[in-house]
Amino acid sequence: MNVVIMGCGRVGARLAGILHSEGHKVTVLDIDSYSFRRLPAGFGGQAFVGNGTDEEALTRAGIQTADVFVATTQGDNRNVLAAQIAKHIFNVPRVVCRIYDPIRQEMYQELGIQTTSPTKTGAQALREAIGG
Amino acid sequence: MYIIIAGGGEVGYYLARMLLSEKHEILVIEKDRKRCDLISEDMGDIVVRGDACEARTLEEVGTGRADMLIAVTSDDEDNLVTCQVAKHKFHVRHTVARIKNPRHKKLFDKLGIDATVCSTELILAHIEQDLPSHPLVPLLKLRGRGLDIVEVKVAPDSKMVGRKLGDFRQLPNSLVCLVIGRQKGPQIPTKDTVLEAEDEIVCVTEAGSEEKLRAILSGL
Repeated sequence: MNVVIMGCGRVGARLAGILHSEGHKVTVLDIDSYSFRRLPAGFGGQAFVGNGTDEEALTRAGIQTADVFVATTQGDNRNVLAAQIAKHIFNVPRVVCRIYDPIRQEMYQELGIQTTSPTKTGAQALREAIGG
Repeated sequence: MYIIIAGGGEVGYYLARMLLSEKHEILVIEKDRKRCDLISEDMGDIVVRGDACEARTLEEVGTGRADMLIAVTSDDEDNLVTCQVAKHKFHVRHTVARIKNPRHKKLFDKLGIDATVCSTELILAHIEQDLPSHPLVPLLKLRGRGLDIVEVKVAPDSKMVGRKLGDFRQLPNSLVCLVIGRQKGPQIPTKDTVLEAEDEIVCVTEAGSEEKLRAILSGL
């Protein structure tokens, strides 16, 4: 698969490493080149500095030939904007978006975007870790 | 009308002022405490501190009965989400978003935001008239009809120079409404109107055809 990941934080960088080690073609986009230090040693994908809510930056990152777009910056709304650009402007077949706020996450899921809420899954994981 | 304004920065502040003076019921949602204090000091109890992107905040201010929501924070993404939550959760009939990136307009339209106002584009439209490198100036968008009214200057090297309008059937999806001659002044065009270099033409054009029109008339 051809994957574009917006946001090279801990999650984005780790995801990029996993996908690359599985043999996928990965491109990472972040507004701060300093964040690329998080990419694992031996990461062989591409990394671009650019704003993922800007169509030109997305084009530079190769969104036109992407099979998957993942929005995983710190900002829920930025992720939502970028994900909708990927889905509605560039017609990327699979768009995945991280949204911390569970209410917004459910709404955008209903609007046809594949979403995940670390708030929900994190709380659930902690609950299970507590046991009892 | 009951109008909710998301964002109490400078734009939100003056918008609230003007709409209040027109006797509308106004509510401003603003995150920053200092801005909230300033607004309530100057305009009374019309501000709620909170995040307008959150459904809970919109619920609290009675968004369900709002006639209009205007999102004017300085972030395109926040304005988009506020408008989408207002539309999908509270069925607000009319949502307006302020945007900075002109390219976002297409997406906002597609997603059902009723109107967008792009400050970057407005400024550009005003200075373009004075820039020789921008021969096409958007004057007005006819919203909901997919039509724009634009002004184009005929460049000296355009193939239109010295020809009658009637000779040119291939103006792309455009209708020439007015020709302002450099010497002759404004005239209602007929098919016998001869175009000269530096004439200004006002056209109604289908949105998206501007580039083709620009290419023909500007000789680029």
